[in-house]
Amino acid sequence: MADGDTQVPILDDPLQVPCIKPGAMEGLQPFLASPEHQEALGFPGELVPDWKEKALAKMAELAEKNRAFQVYLDICVKCGACTDKCHYFLGTADPKNMPVARQDLLRSVYRRYFTFAGKYFPWLVGARDLTEDVLKEWYSYYHQCSECRRCSVFCPYGIDTAEITMAARDILDAVGMGQKYSNEIIGKVHAVGNNLGLNPKALAATLEGLEEDIEDDTGVSVRLPIDEKGADILLVTPSADFFAEPHIEGLIGYAKVFHQAGVSWTLSSYASEAANFGLFIGNYENMRLVSQRIRKAAKDLGVKRIIFGECGHAWRVAYSFLNTLAGPWDFLDPNYPVPQHILEFTWNEIQKGTLKLDKSKNDHMTITFHDSCNVARGSRMGDMPGGQFEIPRNVIKAVCNNYVDMDRDTIYESTLCCGGGGGLLTDDLMDLRIKGASPRMAALREVTENDGVTHMAAICAICKTQFSKVMPKYGYDMDQIVSVHQLVSNAIILDGQETDDAES
Amino acid sequence: MLSTLYALMFYAATVLIVVGVGAKIRKYALTPAPLKIPTTPAPVTETGVVLRMLREVLFFESLYKSNKWIWAFGWIFHMALWLIVIRHLRYTIPGTTPALLNFLQPFGKYAGFAMVLGLAGLWARRFLVDRVRYISNPSDHLILALLVAIGLSGLSMKYVAHTDVIAVKAFMSGLWTFQINTLPTDPLILIHLTLVLMLMIVFPISKLLHAPGVFFSPTRNQVDNPREKRHLAPWAAELEK
Repeated sequence: MADGDTQVPILDDPLQVPCIKPGAMEGLQPFLASPEHQEALGFPGELVPDWKEKALAKMAELAEKNRAFQVYLDICVKCGACTDKCHYFLGTADPKNMPVARQDLLRSVYRRYFTFAGKYFPWLVGARDLTEDVLKEWYSYYHQCSECRRCSVFCPYGIDTAEITMAARDILDAVGMGQKYSNEIIGKVHAVGNNLGLNPKALAATLEGLEEDIEDDTGVSVRLPIDEKGADILLVTPSADFFAEPHIEGLIGYAKVFHQAGVSWTLSSYASEAANFGLFIGNYENMRLVSQRIRKAAKDLGVKRIIFGECGHAWRVAYSFLNTLAGPWDFLDPNYPVPQHILEFTWNEIQKGTLKLDKSKNDHMTITFHDSCNVARGSRMGDMPGGQFEIPRNVIKAVCNNYVDMDRDTIYESTLCCGGGGGLLTDDLMDLRIKGASPRMAALREVTENDGVTHMAAICAICKTQFSKVMPKYGYDMDQIVSVHQLVSNAIILDGQETDDAES
Repeated sequence: MLSTLYALMFYAATVLIVVGVGAKIRKYALTPAPLKIPTTPAPVTETGVVLRMLREVLFFESLYKSNKWIWAFGWIFHMALWLIVIRHLRYTIPGTTPALLNFLQPFGKYAGFAMVLGLAGLWARRFLVDRVRYISNPSDHLILALLVAIGLSGLSMKYVAHTDVIAVKAFMSGLWTFQINTLPTDPLILIHLTLVLMLMIVFPISKLLHAPGVFFSPTRNQVDNPREKRHLAPWAAELEK
């Protein structure tokens, strides 16, 4: 869908609940994966002839293998608590984008084939047959969920729609209906090592270019090493950090922090991707294969620690799943958690006083912080619950004088998804992305108008790309979204840095 | 004859609910959770998880954050239901009533009104709120109808037309020892008991499974310690061989 078609929803209040508009987003669907992309991931190339049996068999398998899927299909009471919690519902008003209704697309089929009530009294419990139309409806609406888990915060039973969406996508992949965007990217990681398909040579050249930029800027030689055996720290960062704005400013920030902290570190060309789209498609095996690259890189390079760059779902997979998927990490230094977040590292250095910071370098901005969904609700930083909220804010406040939070109901664990997460950051879903961003944009507008906020900082590659694309639709400039380590980079004074530098 | 029929139905319904719910609990317990997925911020200790779960089931913490109307109606209904169920034990325990039940009796007597009020509020939402109307199936209305009918028939016996409660107690408490005493035959008690039997029967095949199910919800019952402790499902361990 072309951008021009989209009616940009302007909400008076970030959490303003619309009246339902059935069918508002009907038929929207991302491009299907080609047979080549499907097969690279171990899925059938196209819709298999016995798709119905295959889909039901996969559903049964997932119910056996995943307690969340089994329990959540059974226990929803349709209380309605989640109905106004999804940013896609708030932005589109399509009732099938209410979390419970999204779950019901699959639950209705589960009931029909796997429960007593649905087998014998389908009309009573809203059970329905699995037809090709249902399959298409799944494909459409399970690609209108960013797996952000906001609904799971508010469900009295903790039902997580992301778990249902992931299962649905896994079923769709199993019958040959994969999504092009996610599956093509996972294939690139399996083949090359990162989402972009950047080969080691191109990567090394990019990093060299960045080293020159930093030296031009500061007069200090700061290294961005790659594949250096014997380095202490392996940095795994989203590949968007190598080329996209404002991501790249964040990468420069990590490099400056490492430089100033005096630690030895390296990137890996083999594991040159923190993102793990295996999560998005709900496929354990693919998620595991992607994670295993990090294990191999850590072993081959002989590092002692692993640190992740700014990326939301990557940090969820890293923090919550990496030990499961690619552990145990007994060959690394036991004095550090595995893995660590770059913000945990930077905050630690700030507390130790190893970084010289000039907050006034960020005085031209008033910053607010967008909590990324996967970091907020699927991970942690530091030792205490909620560290994932405090540590990024602590770092921002250590490098900026002007900081303001958005509406409390739209940050922390209640944060709103950027609208492009969960494998939806593709141009063929631009209409949905623009609408899904509207609650966050409304919250941002409030602090812009009331507190003069000029820039929003984020710690997720997807958030950054999504906002740089959709913020112009809401009257902002694309450079009003910044990386947290970009702010650090601005403020940090390297040893020997030429201080009469013009502000950039 | 009628007493025997009701006795048999109570035995059958009891077997169904115990075996049915037991089988579901067994299934939930044996199905592995392959990944650590607590909704964070989450407790970092087992004790913390127990407290989180207690806050959920006693105070409906997440629902409170979500929607004050659903929370108020839902909480009133559930707490009243607990009080009523406990109060009703006096009709099933043989012999003299324990002191605790006597203490609760004055509160329990009025809990019926609270229960019906809470249910009415929840039911009204299914008609009045377009989002909730959209997600409601016939079964969602029927289960509310069933509970309201149980409440109203019970309240009627308490406040309108008394049944022979001594005889009801003799019948119910006799069932423990397979003694079938005579059940009063006035319509209210028969309706009340029939509806309760229906509730018992549908429990294991309906959304009432949320009661045991909530304790198995991985987003609520997992400890946030994935970096410290490796979590591995048995089927996932097979992939490592």
